[in-house]
Amino acid sequence: MNEKNADISIEALLAGNQVEFSRFVDIFSGPIYRMANNMLTNQSDAEDVLQNTFLKAFLHLKEFEGRSSLSTWIYRIAANEALMLIRKRRPEIDWSDIQQDDRIDTDYSPVEFTDWCCLPEEEFLTAESRAALDQAIQHLPVTLRIVFVLRDIQGLSIQETSQALELTDSAVKTRLLRARLRLREDLSDYFGKRVTGRQGENHDQQ
Amino acid sequence: MINNDCPNCRSLLGYLSDYVDGDLSQDLCNEIENHLAGCQNCTIVVDTLRKTISLYHAIAAEPVEVPGIVRERLYRTLRLDDYLNH
Repeated sequence: MNEKNADISIEALLAGNQVEFSRFVDIFSGPIYRMANNMLTNQSDAEDVLQNTFLKAFLHLKEFEGRSSLSTWIYRIAANEALMLIRKRRPEIDWSDIQQDDRIDTDYSPVEFTDWCCLPEEEFLTAESRAALDQAIQHLPVTLRIVFVLRDIQGLSIQETSQALELTDSAVKTRLLRARLRLREDLSDYFGKRVTGRQGENHDQQ
Repeated sequence: MINNDCPNCRSLLGYLSDYVDGDLSQDLCNEIENHLAGCQNCTIVVDTLRKTISLYHAIAAEPVEVPGIVRERLYRTLRLDDYLNH
């Protein structure tokens, strides 16, 4: 089901209608659980984020003012929960990126130039490739990862992502670009080796 | 690597996301495509960036399911046990 189009009655939720609240949980628990799993490596932590998100949603429903959609509101709670848990688990993480100027600097300039788009499609569908894709997300700095996950995995718009994270649209766009460029570098390293491996095999056969 | 001294390579970098998302004006797209026609590395960056995004969008399109036991614990925590099988 497309959670964005979920026909949830805010009035029923506010009136404490349990059937409607269970429908709300049913519709959004999958996307929130996936987001949590992308943000945290540990499944038990992801489950904590899932539970705390809906507990907080339940407790704070009356504060929902309808300035954003219900979907953006629940993602905002979930993002805060995930970021809080990461801070708790990894206090050594440098959060200074949050304060950094959001320009594209040379750190994000591409350095990998192998064209791996030519690989056969089945190469991208293996369990190993899937693990490489998941791992690349985990390699992203937290501030980039949350933007990428909301925008490119959960499918929120730029505006919804900026509302959920209380950032400007321009900060979201810059972080999204940085995240995508970093992922491209990681995948170019991984799939580039596959291209080289295939070229070696072809050479041996000749 | 892309030429950091080349203003066209540098400015392309800033527009990459909007370009691959199709959010740029036709004029800017034309300018970028003119640059790409003569810059192999930038072409590779654009193509592999598009592929990167499409691989993640394919994952995003997969159905999302909460494992049964996780769902059960969630409903119990929220005291919604009666609605577990709805």
